[in-house]
Amino acid sequence: MRHIISILMENEPGALSRVVGLFSQRNFNIETLNVAPTEDPTLSRLTVTTIGDDRVIEQITKQLNKLIDVVKLVDLTEGQHIERELMMIKVKAVGAQRAEIKRTTDIFRGQIVDVTPSVFTVQLTGSSDKLNGFIQALGNNTILEVVRTGVSGIARGEKVLSL
Amino acid sequence: MELLSGADMIARFLQDEGVEYIYGYPGGSALHIYDALFRQDKVKHILVRHEQAAAHMADGYARASGKPGVVLVTSGPGATNTITGIATAYMDSIPMVVLCGQVMSHLIGEDAFQETDMIGVSRPIVKHSFSIKHPSEIPEVLKKAFYIATTGRPGPVVVDIPKDMTAPTERYEYLYPKKVKLRSYNPVTRGHSGQIKKAVDMLMKAKRPILFGGGGLILGGASAEFTQLAKTLNIPVTTSLMGIGAFPQTDEQSLGWLGMHGSFEANQAMHHSDLVVCVGARFDDRATNNTAKFCPTAKIVHVDVDPSTIGKTIRVDVPIVGPADSVLREMNELVAQSKQRPDTEALAVWWKQINDWKASRQGRLYEAAQGEQALKPQQVVEAVWEATSGEAYVVTDVGQHQMFAAQYYKFDKPNRWITSGGLGTMGFGFPAAMGIKLNYPEDEVVLITGEGSFQMLLQELSTCKQYDIPVKIINLNNQSLGMVRQWQDLNYKSRHAQSYMESLPDFQKLVEAYGHEAMRVDRLDELKPALEKAFAMKDKLVFLDVYVDPFEHVYPMQIPQGSMRDMLLSKTERT
Repeated sequence: MRHIISILMENEPGALSRVVGLFSQRNFNIETLNVAPTEDPTLSRLTVTTIGDDRVIEQITKQLNKLIDVVKLVDLTEGQHIERELMMIKVKAVGAQRAEIKRTTDIFRGQIVDVTPSVFTVQLTGSSDKLNGFIQALGNNTILEVVRTGVSGIARGEKVLSL
Repeated sequence: MELLSGADMIARFLQDEGVEYIYGYPGGSALHIYDALFRQDKVKHILVRHEQAAAHMADGYARASGKPGVVLVTSGPGATNTITGIATAYMDSIPMVVLCGQVMSHLIGEDAFQETDMIGVSRPIVKHSFSIKHPSEIPEVLKKAFYIATTGRPGPVVVDIPKDMTAPTERYEYLYPKKVKLRSYNPVTRGHSGQIKKAVDMLMKAKRPILFGGGGLILGGASAEFTQLAKTLNIPVTTSLMGIGAFPQTDEQSLGWLGMHGSFEANQAMHHSDLVVCVGARFDDRATNNTAKFCPTAKIVHVDVDPSTIGKTIRVDVPIVGPADSVLREMNELVAQSKQRPDTEALAVWWKQINDWKASRQGRLYEAAQGEQALKPQQVVEAVWEATSGEAYVVTDVGQHQMFAAQYYKFDKPNRWITSGGLGTMGFGFPAAMGIKLNYPEDEVVLITGEGSFQMLLQELSTCKQYDIPVKIINLNNQSLGMVRQWQDLNYKSRHAQSYMESLPDFQKLVEAYGHEAMRVDRLDELKPALEKAFAMKDKLVFLDVYVDPFEHVYPMQIPQGSMRDMLLSKTERT
């Protein structure tokens, strides 16, 4: 099963490499990875999506917790949560394609953020499934480039991951 | 408060931390530190001949004393040479602090002379690592390093120190930090009372229980509590290879150690038990054999200070996260207060079964050599046990001799059996023995090794000469890489690929060239006198080159992919 693990870690040099290194060292897999500072400059928030059965996920969370730089973590998929990913996608857009891509973008509530006579750059936010859906919906249109941030997530309601 | 340079802070901190010996080798990036050490006389530095040996010396000392071993090396090759030593300590959870020089901060990343990204290289094999960014942070970082290395599940910590951080011209305020706090690191101090109660209940009701102790008992200083629990309840006891000595092996409740080359009765008892209470072991592949067939009728209680160990390889019924000593103390208290008593009838039947297993192998473990026959390695170990009254620190390398030493030397005390169990590092033994002898000069320290392992770090004979470290070395010389050869006999139709040691040195001459004593032993009648002579030379390093039967195999040996009880018992028998 796919899990979203959200980690608060010390904003120290080398902390990220310890987390990433752990995954390869212990043969865990990483689907997406996303890291940035938080409102507290001493902390970074890292979100990783991974696939594994319960035993593997238990090991992943335990091994991550063992890292000295990891302050706290939560498996968001254990409860109600919101997940988002940002994608920017460059598509060939000439003639009739221009109107069709614009329509598809509107349906997915995306925005066209850059335009040339032959290319649209579309920005889209949502769950990974939605972003995959958009790529599929583009059908025969020529995709020139895709860039995605990887998943970020947060628990619903009053649950908070903080110190 | 006084002003000190980074280098002087390091020397001063080591004094304040109570470090008596450090083991290392100088080089460019570490020279300021070496100069600071030269200008004081409390912390004594032992100059090895290869940095790997420095790490193993520190490791050996840590295993025997329970205190952290400290290593000091320079950048680049100095640092990378310690890697095998750090990995060895990591796999067996040994507290160690490794101070590595590094090139000047402004040169980092420029492929400077003797530059290696030591933090990166060591990352998967350390408990944690630090890089010094400013000289003023040295006392606190070092305190954190020692704190992390020694608490919770212990392990090695690397501190990378760029040369400019130790410059003699820059001075900062020094204050020894008595305590440090890390918001992200809080090792557990006690187990969950409800779980502990559950475990004691199960122990009282079990019909075929067994206690299984691991290296965590030794590291956590919990042997007395473990022994008390076993004795009060009259439960059979086994240990992992790393747990040897946690329970007196000459006690009749001891079944010896379990696993691949563990005793017949320990493996049988584990397989047939209905309750395994494991404290401080990690159920690794050499202990469990095939995990799918592991202890099919047993409930499993697992006590460990590291939660990631629990449920890693086998399913656990009652997990208890906590330090071995405090959890066992609580168990003992509960047992004392409990109105319940163990099921003595069921236990009597269980003991009868176990004693039958024991008796069935008695006297059939190996065939001792007589007269002119080639000595059996097993009987040499037994002779060493007798000659040292079972009191010695016994250090080994890795291979057949290691298993024979574990099987035939009976340990009644913890911290006396010193071996690289997890990583299986050939070359570990000699420097580890040196580290122990240096710190325990009054005790007998015996290295049981083989001619393969010993040749990996034999240059340390020179270090022993310099500092007068009189370890006793028993070289079980079978003129081949015995364990490799055994596997080749069993699995590769005796095709002995690269397991034969051609052109062995004359060890006697070699050892004498370094200024030590050496003797050669070939026959039974020479063995005892040679051992007596060797141990009588209290202040001499003595090397006994004991030629043994090169065709001997280690048995029992669990059959790969089988259950605990599936074993080869000799070249011709199996369970």
